[in-house]
Amino acid sequence: MKQYEFFPHTADAKFTAYGRTIDEAFANAACAMFSVMVEPKTVKPKIKKMIKIEAEDRKSLLYDWLEHLLVLLDSENFILASVGRIRIVETDSALLLDAEFSGDTISDDYEPQGFVKAVTYNDMDIKEKDGVWCLTVVVDR
Amino acid sequence: MVDIKKIDDVTWEIAKSGKMNVPARIYASDKLMENMKMDKTLGQVSNVACLPGIVKYSYAMPDAHQGYGFSIGGVAAFSVEDGVISPGGVGYDINCGVRLIRTNLVRDDFDKKKVDILNEVVKNVPAGLGKGAKLRFSRDELSEIMSKGIRWSIDNGFGWKGDSDRIEEDGCMKSADISNVSDNAFKRGMPQIGSLGSGNHFLEIQAVDEIFDADTAKVFGLTEPGQVVIMVHSGSRGLGHQVASDYLRLMEKKYGIAGLPDRELINAPFSSDMGQQYYSAMSAAANYAWVNRQMMAHWVRESFAKVFDSDAKDLGMETVYDVAHNIAKRETHTVDGRKMDVVVHRKGATRSFAPGRVEVPEIYRAVGQPVLIPGSMGTSSYVLAGTEKAMEISFGSTAHGAGRVMSRFAAVKKFRGEAVKKELEAKGISVRAASWKGLSEEAPGVYKDVDEVVRVSDAVGIGKLVAKVRPMGVLKG
Repeated sequence: MKQYEFFPHTADAKFTAYGRTIDEAFANAACAMFSVMVEPKTVKPKIKKMIKIEAEDRKSLLYDWLEHLLVLLDSENFILASVGRIRIVETDSALLLDAEFSGDTISDDYEPQGFVKAVTYNDMDIKEKDGVWCLTVVVDR
Repeated sequence: MVDIKKIDDVTWEIAKSGKMNVPARIYASDKLMENMKMDKTLGQVSNVACLPGIVKYSYAMPDAHQGYGFSIGGVAAFSVEDGVISPGGVGYDINCGVRLIRTNLVRDDFDKKKVDILNEVVKNVPAGLGKGAKLRFSRDELSEIMSKGIRWSIDNGFGWKGDSDRIEEDGCMKSADISNVSDNAFKRGMPQIGSLGSGNHFLEIQAVDEIFDADTAKVFGLTEPGQVVIMVHSGSRGLGHQVASDYLRLMEKKYGIAGLPDRELINAPFSSDMGQQYYSAMSAAANYAWVNRQMMAHWVRESFAKVFDSDAKDLGMETVYDVAHNIAKRETHTVDGRKMDVVVHRKGATRSFAPGRVEVPEIYRAVGQPVLIPGSMGTSSYVLAGTEKAMEISFGSTAHGAGRVMSRFAAVKKFRGEAVKKELEAKGISVRAASWKGLSEEAPGVYKDVDEVVRVSDAVGIGKLVAKVRPMGVLKG
């Protein structure tokens, strides 16, 4: 199964991330977003990070998760290598995401391919089909 | 399919239907309208017409194209009493905008020192991913930057006394309140102040190519073809993006998303606490953006002074003007013969205030505000002047640029960065880019024809053509 794929979108980057579980699809969505900048497979996993996020529905959880990673990018020059562990728990009142991931600080060792400014809800879609979760996101560039 | 009616050569209307509170007006030629019909622009303009308290029309400027929620190139005014404010109507890059600096130099002066100038500017102005500020500022300094805007720059040696008279809002929205700016926004903003960023942002050294209105051009400090000018196109970086996201999420949590035609159209009553908090945080981000462009302008002045072994003042490097093209502002307009206070959202649209308006700096008040319309990287840009007609038919607004027609995805397939650079250099335009891929994504061919956009602005009467400028050197993020 592909991790993710990109689609044409006039001004921005649109991708669908896949996963056998919603957790895996969330991890792949993070990799897709960072691939716009520096391909995660080429990033050294030097820095480990942890995060917990709470949101009111799946779309806002995805929005907050990706945006949290952009905060790290802008404030610490953090670029993602991989998501080690990720777990999403859905309760009656909220959704909780708990993740551990690794990456590096951007330096001249990496050749940036572009930049992501913000996550958007534009054309955002989350669905499960035949046992595969598909998360579609447009990020502002 | 949206039902659209042609009113005249450059004006179109979508009649009020369904949940629309007002009709929509689109200013476009047949050619530009064809582009708009190809994506979701017209549906988005109609969706904006459904928002509470919208006044007169939901507008699309000649360069309009699909955005999220609101289209890019969209203008909408809402009553301050019973209307709303929407982060989506401003955009993620709050106070993305353009600054133009004039010089006493001519093309020959630049040609002789081209390599030195570009090297010096590249050295001094950070651009591209992970390239943040040259200087580190503390949280307190960032607070001051957001509260005081350009006054901070001038007090701290990053500007000239007269600079603030030549910037929209004098470079400071007094409605800023940093207590409504989140910690994450501070964190994103601190390392980036005074940096170009990437995407469609650029710094260009240009030459005046053609003057259409010599009297007005002279008032703006543009005297003759061949004169060297510098254009900076950038915004509020991660800080502005975070303010936009923060309030989009806060408004969702407070008001819910039921009934919204598009989640990105989330809004709050302007007069509510939430509405006022967003407005004050947006104002703080706008002030950050003005300081950001000011810092880059300051380093450009220093670079030129060094290369020409002269003083930037002796080189005549005055600010012509600085405009915001992603912003919401409280303004007074005449609606149906009566004065009315409205919040005008300009998302990818430039204010185009007429002669006589008190918001136009005194030096320009007789001719109208300078309107700066950047082309895409490597194509011409334009200087227009604000008009009375714009006050009447677009809440004092006009286009903001070229507007994309081709996705970055398609652009990368079609153009190679190296080839784009070669093509530009064949036209006598030197390019320095942070990334090859970024260069192909911003190839001139992916944008609408800016010449057509400004021609239509002028024909509609929402901006009067003053001068055309052409790039000679480009620094691309």
